[in-house]
Amino acid sequence: MAVFEPVLTRNVGRPEALTLKGYKQNGGYEGLAKALKMEPDAVIDEVKKSGLRGRGGAGFSAGLKWSFIPKGKDKPKYLVCNADESEPGTFKDRLLMEYDPHQLIEGCAICCWAVSAATCYIYIRGEYTKAAEILERALKDAYEGGILGDSVMGSGFKLNMYVHRGAGAYICGEETGMLESLEGKRGQPRVKPPFPAVVGAFGAPTVINNVETLANVPHIMVRGADWFKAIGTDERNTGPKLYAISGHVERPGTYEYPIGVTFREMLEGCGGMLKGRPLKAFIPGGASAPILKADQIDIKMDFDTVAKAGSMLGSAAVIVMDDTTCMVRSVSRLAKFFNHESCGQCTPCREGTNWLELMLKRIEHGEGTERDSQVLLSICSHIGGNSLCALGDAAIGPVQSLVKNFQEEIDQHIRDRACPFPHRRYFES
Amino acid sequence: MSVHEPASMKPSGPPQHGGGFSQSALDEIAELRKRYPTAEALTLPALHIAQREWGGWLPDEAIAAVAAELDLPVAKVYGVVTFYDLYHQKPVGRHRIRVCTNLSCQLRGSEEIMETLQQELGVGEDEITPDGRCSYVHFECLGSCDTAPMMMVDDDYHENLTPNRVRQIVKGLK
Repeated sequence: MAVFEPVLTRNVGRPEALTLKGYKQNGGYEGLAKALKMEPDAVIDEVKKSGLRGRGGAGFSAGLKWSFIPKGKDKPKYLVCNADESEPGTFKDRLLMEYDPHQLIEGCAICCWAVSAATCYIYIRGEYTKAAEILERALKDAYEGGILGDSVMGSGFKLNMYVHRGAGAYICGEETGMLESLEGKRGQPRVKPPFPAVVGAFGAPTVINNVETLANVPHIMVRGADWFKAIGTDERNTGPKLYAISGHVERPGTYEYPIGVTFREMLEGCGGMLKGRPLKAFIPGGASAPILKADQIDIKMDFDTVAKAGSMLGSAAVIVMDDTTCMVRSVSRLAKFFNHESCGQCTPCREGTNWLELMLKRIEHGEGTERDSQVLLSICSHIGGNSLCALGDAAIGPVQSLVKNFQEEIDQHIRDRACPFPHRRYFES
Repeated sequence: MSVHEPASMKPSGPPQHGGGFSQSALDEIAELRKRYPTAEALTLPALHIAQREWGGWLPDEAIAAVAAELDLPVAKVYGVVTFYDLYHQKPVGRHRIRVCTNLSCQLRGSEEIMETLQQELGVGEDEITPDGRCSYVHFECLGSCDTAPMMMVDDDYHENLTPNRVRQIVKGLK
């Protein structure tokens, strides 16, 4: 692959980009300036044309989402930037906010112009205190520098932008859970329809976009939809993409590639497997994504290819596991997570995630029975599609893939009445 | 006090804060009020401020103060408090340690980090050391998987931990 010049991470390692002046030196706010000279609809068309799909997990067309917002300036409209990054394995948005806050502010401002929103809330997870502080400082700079406020870059367009801190709840990353939380309530997802584009925050039409999605927008404005479309696998999978790689690799981190880079290239790019041990499995898109086996090493990491392989690109959080990893134990940990984070509103998810955790723990500790795999699948079938939001569906993905891809390992736990993987001490004492 | 809660959640000590919010906290809330079309939207921000004011947790008094300030039913604010992991309904140590134990950290030794904390602090999870200095809990993914294992001490991330590093950090907490 030709050397790829970073787009989203071009300011990482340039601490001066934290200041308005430093950000502008590298072409910052040129995208916003350009957008303000265009008709809002033309901005939406350009983003639509670029093929930009949501980077938060669902992969929905950003431009299309914007186009659902009713036209006209008579009613208030909102942009809520989803910075509630809580999908296990995901840490790319934290990097974008901590190293290049103005890039996000610029993307948000362009979106607000395109949909005529006068207020933007950046909903950031409560644990990201450092990123919140950095954003607050950057927002202050942006107000003082005339980027935000009564007249955005002298255009007469009025825009206010605020950081809103969450308080620790994975479900608030679900868009309607986030709106409830923003409104000061328990973050329990809403019934859809109505969709947020019609009834969103405070009853008004609202766009909700992920941090990385919005960070792409200034570049689409400056360099054009055609440039963006030329990056990636095909016209449905376009643009630069951040991959958050963790687990058993030599150099975990956030890596930027054209979307559709193969997992193999990515693995080589981060120094290969930890201590050269063999690859056993990997999760391509965060805790919600079904686990893939090592034989998928050449998979193209884009939305459609990963979906075709029975998993999902999700938030592109890639968790890598070597041959010493107990898959039952790994999935058991994810089940514990989903049980903890289920908001409790829908019975299939609330009860089902609890049973998944209990059963997987039982198998992990050698107390499973031969029927357990079938019971697990049956619980999954009762959760899937039977709750208001995607959390239930997310919770069953890893479990189903465990049964499908690692049945032998489950059997071994049951046969030996113990975990076949000695609980290795990670640190030499 | 109209909040009903199980006896085990009753504050164990005397209120750490007499009366309601301090003036500076009230000013802070008034300033934030301008950002939102409804007062209810201030529930999360006001609870963050209250938790800071009341020494790191939210006794009934603090929940009632938020409800009164935002003109909301106490039950509504109480419901919000119980929903979110960052609000505490019982006292915590002066330093609150959160250890990520989700998959990426589990793959890189987070359990040994939990064990080290237990050995160093001599108390179980979510208990407070006798000197009131620390309490620790396991936590869901904190978005620092590339520097696993990791833990949060108050607002600070401590990354690429080893048991030795954890011992040093804990010793440095006053």
